[in-house]
Amino acid sequence: MPDPTPRVIPFQPPRPADPPALRIEGLCLSRSGAALLNGVEMTLSPGGVTALLGPNGAGKSLLLRVIAGLIAPDAGRVIVPRAMQGRIGLVLQRPVLLRRSVAANLRHALALARVPRRHRAPRVGELLALGNLEALADRPARRLSGGEQQRLAIIRALAANPLLLMLDEPTAHLDPQATHAIEALVARVTEGGTKVILVTHDTGQVQRLADEVAFLHQGRCHEIAGKSAFLTHPESAAARAYLTGKLLL
Amino acid sequence: MSILRAALLTLAATPALANDPVVLVQSTTSTQNSGLYAHILPVASEALGLDIRVVAVGTGQALGNAQRCDGDMLITHARAAEEAFVAAGYGTARHDLMYNDFVIVGPSDDPAGVAGADSATEALSRIAAAESPFASRGDDSGTHQKELNLWDGIADVAAASGGWYRETGSGMGATLNLAVGMGAYTLTDRATWLAFENRGDHVILNQGDPALFNQYGVIPVNPAHCPNVNAEGARAFTDWLLEDGQAVIAGFMLDGEQLFFPNAGD
Amino acid sequence: MPTLSDSFLTALGLIVSGDADLIEIVALSLRVSLTAVLLAALIGLPLGAVLAVVRFPGRGLLIVVVNALMGLPPVVVGLVVYLTFSASGPLGVLEFLYTPAAMIVAQTVLVTPIIAALARSTLADLLGEYDETLRVLGANRFDVVATLLWDGRFSLATALLAGLGRALAEVGAVMLVGGNIDHVTRVMTTAIALETSRGALPLALGLGIVLLLITLVLNAVVLGVRNRMEAHAHA
Repeated sequence: MPDPTPRVIPFQPPRPADPPALRIEGLCLSRSGAALLNGVEMTLSPGGVTALLGPNGAGKSLLLRVIAGLIAPDAGRVIVPRAMQGRIGLVLQRPVLLRRSVAANLRHALALARVPRRHRAPRVGELLALGNLEALADRPARRLSGGEQQRLAIIRALAANPLLLMLDEPTAHLDPQATHAIEALVARVTEGGTKVILVTHDTGQVQRLADEVAFLHQGRCHEIAGKSAFLTHPESAAARAYLTGKLLL
Repeated sequence: MSILRAALLTLAATPALANDPVVLVQSTTSTQNSGLYAHILPVASEALGLDIRVVAVGTGQALGNAQRCDGDMLITHARAAEEAFVAAGYGTARHDLMYNDFVIVGPSDDPAGVAGADSATEALSRIAAAESPFASRGDDSGTHQKELNLWDGIADVAAASGGWYRETGSGMGATLNLAVGMGAYTLTDRATWLAFENRGDHVILNQGDPALFNQYGVIPVNPAHCPNVNAEGARAFTDWLLEDGQAVIAGFMLDGEQLFFPNAGD
Repeated sequence: MPTLSDSFLTALGLIVSGDADLIEIVALSLRVSLTAVLLAALIGLPLGAVLAVVRFPGRGLLIVVVNALMGLPPVVVGLVVYLTFSASGPLGVLEFLYTPAAMIVAQTVLVTPIIAALARSTLADLLGEYDETLRVLGANRFDVVATLLWDGRFSLATALLAGLGRALAEVGAVMLVGGNIDHVTRVMTTAIALETSRGALPLALGLGIVLLLITLVLNAVVLGVRNRMEAHAHA
């Protein structure tokens, strides 16, 4: 896989340099008596990549769904800056691609984002270039490799020009080359000014991509800090244990 | 609604023979199943410039359909019901058209000994006494009405229904198929029997009794009752049937046998 | 009793001879049933999709009703359509009775619930897969319905074939509302019924074999096209 050449991102509209941070207050969610989110509190820094780190079952994927508005919380709220409202993208862990070609998947997303018909073809071209998928434009989306499917899902989520893009373990099960291509794509997305929240298990990926880290455990945010501060001096006992490789039971 | 109608009619457009006016005949089945219409309709259509269409159902259903104005004229064979139809104002007049006769058919080994009976009532009495299976139309058709008249005073067939007396509730052909299948006797008009191809080992066992006379009648539907009917076309075809058509009906043969005997002038 | 080999020979003879009457009857069968399936698809597919996607009061009941209507006896549909289009009925003025138009209406009534119910079940499964993704992308209900109908098109082809099979095979409705009028409303099934009532069983069965072959060819063509396109469209 050739290293994708960095490109300017011409379709990103001008926006305020420092959009206000996303705030999450007292988020609670229970299902069948189990508290899955148990009072999540966090304020994310504007811009850059925030990694959501934590063991399986910590509530990371659920938190993304609540932020995206797919699930209503039992209590608490997600405070989204006005500019960001309606401009939140989410790529699920197992992205569902439509039974159409790569380009048709993008056209469909642009139609849902109410992009006028005449603007769609050039935007499809830009998005394909961003995801380095031009050569595959006419291929059935579901015939792509895992890494290619993940890249398509990411550029599809960018169709609506989101100010916040959330990715749920985008490189799980991918080989290093495919992982590299995804990470390069994420880096370019943040260069365009879009805030990224990235769920991951991989502390290496945190090292390479993240600006700050939020540590979730048992439905609660135990700690949120800058990347190097978190990795070198984690404050919470749970994060310390996790980083030293202990199983959090 | 009108757009929908236009669209449906276009989709469903019939390759009309010509744009001749349509005359719809509600008819008994024996005239169709025997092939009579295939023989006479081309001649009549040609002579009259009419597109004559036949819906063949039992006489009872034909009378009901015509009463609902779904036909321009009737060709049926149940005199009492036909006269009641005209008396009620649904038809303009009833005319004798032609006749043939009913026959009693059954398995050739004839378990009830019907073949030796010297009348139709005697034949039916023997069937009832032997409790041999008998298939009845049971559908209020002309044949069914005739059959019930014959049973009157011989046997309480309503009580025997489901036992040796079996009502099929279907047309003549279906009833014949069933009678052949279960080795039952049945009453059928001669024309349907002669045209019927699945006779198995069934044969005619009783015939010739004047009581088995089968008169067909023709009735134009009354435009005073049904303003939508093609009264002119119905009258033209009726007149043709009663005049020029008589010879054409007489000329319809199957295996050298004449199936219908015109008697309009009688 | 006629043997099956008689009937196969009869069927073969009918096909080889290219009998004009047979061609007319086959053509009318196809025209009536294909038109009915087209109309039923225009009603049934969106109905099935809405039942799969939209939550509204009475939806559960409506699904049960649509599923139950799949089992409508053709003769009941025929009777209702007959009484509707009868000269003394509410739509008698249309003069549809004893024309192919009435047959199309009857078969549309018969087939719509089949297409709607099968489409609903297919699309409900697809919705389970697509729901979150489409909501994240900002789809409203209309978008969801449209997306499911398009992405489910290959499975829905099967629903249409089921409907076509039912339409081509039924005799009760077209007999009542068409009248089995020679050269006007006689189709394969009513011709078979007529030949059966004439006791011409080999001919009746021969026509049945021709009908079966037509259905077979239609299914093979649709499924063949579907499989080629499906292989091209996605894994």
